[in-house]
Amino acid sequence: MPGLHKSEFTNPVVNWIDTRLPVFTMLTKEYAVFPTPRNFNYFWNFGALAMINLMIMIATGIFLAMNYTPNTLMAFDSVERIMRDVNYGWLLRYVHANGASMFFVVVYIHMFRSLYYGSYKAPRELLWMLGVVILLLMMATAFMGYVLPWGQMSYWGATVITNLFSAIPLVGDSIVTFLWGGFSVDNATLNRFFSLHYLLPFVITGVVFLHIVALHITGSNNPLGIDPKGPQDTLPFHPYYTIKDSVGIGVYLIVFAVLVFFAPNFLGHVDNYVPANPLVTPADVVPEWYFLPFYAILRSVPSKLGGVTLMFGAIAVLFVLPWLDTSPIRSARFRPIYRQLIFVLVAAIIVLGMVGGHPPQGIWVVLGRIATAYYFLHFLVILPLLGKLERPLPLPESISSPVIRKGGGPLPYGAAAAPMEKN
Amino acid sequence: MSASTHDAPMGAPHGEDIGKRDFLKLIAGAGAAVGLGALAWPLIDSMNPSSDVLALSSVELDIAPIPEGSGITIVWRGKPIFVRHRTAAEIKSARDVKLTELTEPAADKDRVKAGHEAWLVVIGICTHLGCVPLGNKPTDSRGDFGGWLCPCHGSQYDTSGRVRRGPAPINLPLPPYAFTSDTKIKIG
Repeated sequence: MPGLHKSEFTNPVVNWIDTRLPVFTMLTKEYAVFPTPRNFNYFWNFGALAMINLMIMIATGIFLAMNYTPNTLMAFDSVERIMRDVNYGWLLRYVHANGASMFFVVVYIHMFRSLYYGSYKAPRELLWMLGVVILLLMMATAFMGYVLPWGQMSYWGATVITNLFSAIPLVGDSIVTFLWGGFSVDNATLNRFFSLHYLLPFVITGVVFLHIVALHITGSNNPLGIDPKGPQDTLPFHPYYTIKDSVGIGVYLIVFAVLVFFAPNFLGHVDNYVPANPLVTPADVVPEWYFLPFYAILRSVPSKLGGVTLMFGAIAVLFVLPWLDTSPIRSARFRPIYRQLIFVLVAAIIVLGMVGGHPPQGIWVVLGRIATAYYFLHFLVILPLLGKLERPLPLPESISSPVIRKGGGPLPYGAAAAPMEKN
Repeated sequence: MSASTHDAPMGAPHGEDIGKRDFLKLIAGAGAAVGLGALAWPLIDSMNPSSDVLALSSVELDIAPIPEGSGITIVWRGKPIFVRHRTAAEIKSARDVKLTELTEPAADKDRVKAGHEAWLVVIGICTHLGCVPLGNKPTDSRGDFGGWLCPCHGSQYDTSGRVRRGPAPINLPLPPYAFTSDTKIKIG
C-alpha cells in the first residue's frame, strides 16, 4: 500500500522531506545505526577507500575532460597543455593517473581481504560477483584511460589489447576491425575510447550501488567469519566505523599524496611522453603494473588463443569462486592449511607481476608458467579438495564471547542498543 | 541536528564530557570542511583562464595602413576590437554633439588619446546583446550617426562609438590601450 512514511525526525524541514522521501531514515538506518560486527580490523577500511577513490577519479576526470581533446592530432598536445598551462592541470592529471594505481592497490587489498576471510561465501556470493564485475569494468576503464594521452605506450597498449580479440576463431578479425572503427588504432578508436572512458565510471557507480545494497542485505563479514548472534556482537556504524574508516582514509591520502607530489611518474612509462607513432613500436611494451600478472598469464602459453583464454579465465574463475571453495568455514584463521596456501597464491600472483614486467626470455618464461599453473591449480583443484580434506580449528561461540571471557571490560557506550543519537 | 546531542541517550556520564565531545565534533567538522575546500579549489581554479589564454591578453597593431574614413577589426582576448581612422568631419560631428543628447554622456576627447584624435579604439561588441555592429568599411551601413549600426536589433553608434539610438544601454566600451609610437598601438 502506498502511503506517507512516518518520520521520527524532529526538525520540521527534515521531517517534511523524510515523510515524502525517506532518505534521512534510509541514511540513518544504513549508515548511522547500521549494526556492524564489532571486531573489524583495518582490512575492512578498503571498501570505503575504494568508494573515496572512485569519487576522486570522477571529480578529477570531469575537470580533465574540460581541457582534453580526443583527436589523434591534438590529444598529446592537449595533455601537455593541461600539464603546463591549465591552472592546477598538473595536479589534476597526476592525481587522476596515480589515482588509477591507488584504485587498483585498494581494490586488490579489498579482494585479498575477501579471499582471506572468506567474504565471498554464502550468503555473500552475489556481493562477491558484483565485485568481480566492478573489477572488470575498472580494468576496461583504466585501459581506455591510458590510451587517451596518445603517447607511444597508449597507442601500442591499445593495439596489443584490442588485438587480443583477434584470437577468437573465425570472427576475430572482424571484431577487431569493429573495435577500431577502421583498419588500425586511429582517430575513430580514440574518440570511442574517450566516450566510453567517460561513461564506464558511472556504470561502475551503479554497480557499486548494487554491491552496497547487497552488502546491507547480508551484512558485513568479519575477521572471525561467524555471523553476529545479537546486539552484543555489533556496533552502530556511526560513530565507530565512520571514525575507523577516517583513520584509514588519512593514511591512504598520505600515501596518495606522497605518490602524487614526490614520485608522480614512478608508476608510469617514459615512452608515454613520446607522441604515438603508428610505425615504430617501443622496445619493451608493458602494461601498467596492475595488469602485469594477467599479462604474464597471457604470455605463458605459446598459443595465441590459449593465452587469451587463460587470461580471461583468470578472471572467470573468480566468478565461480564461491562454488569452487567447498569449505563451509569462512575465515582463514580457522583453516590452518588454507591460511598458508592463500599466501602461496599471493606469492604466485606477485611472481606473475614480476614476470609480466620482464621480456619473456630465459628463467622468466619458466617462472611464468609455474606461477600460472599454480594460480589455476589453487582455484580449480586445491580449493575444491581442501574444503573436504582440511580439519578446521574450533570456531568461537560468538564474536563477543572470546573478548568477554578474557576479562575484557564492559561494552562501550551505545554498543548494545542502536540509539538515534546521530540523526 | 547536533543540538539534540545533549538530550540524546549518548550514555556519557558527565557534563564535561559532552562539552569535550561537542568541541571535538566542531574541530573535526571544521577540519574536514577546510580540507574539502582545499581539495575543491584546484578543480574550480582549473576552469579559470589558463596560462596560454592569459598570454593572449595583449596584441600590438601597426595602424599606418588604415586609410582615413575606414576601420579594421582585430581580435583581442577573443573579442573584436574596432580601430577606426576618423576623418576630420567625423571628429567634428562627434565633438559638436551636446552631451545632454546622449544616452550615456561622454565627451569625445575622453574616448580617444590626446594627440591621436583621429584614432578611435573601441570593443566592437554591441552593448545590447553582444552582436558585432557593422560600419568599419565605408561601404557598410553605418546608421544615421555615421558610426556603427548593429544588425541584430538596430542600435546605432556615432563616430565616437557612443550609443545614439536603439536598445543598447551604454556606449561601446574602450579597451585598455596605448600608442607605442605614432603608428603603433598596443591593446591590453
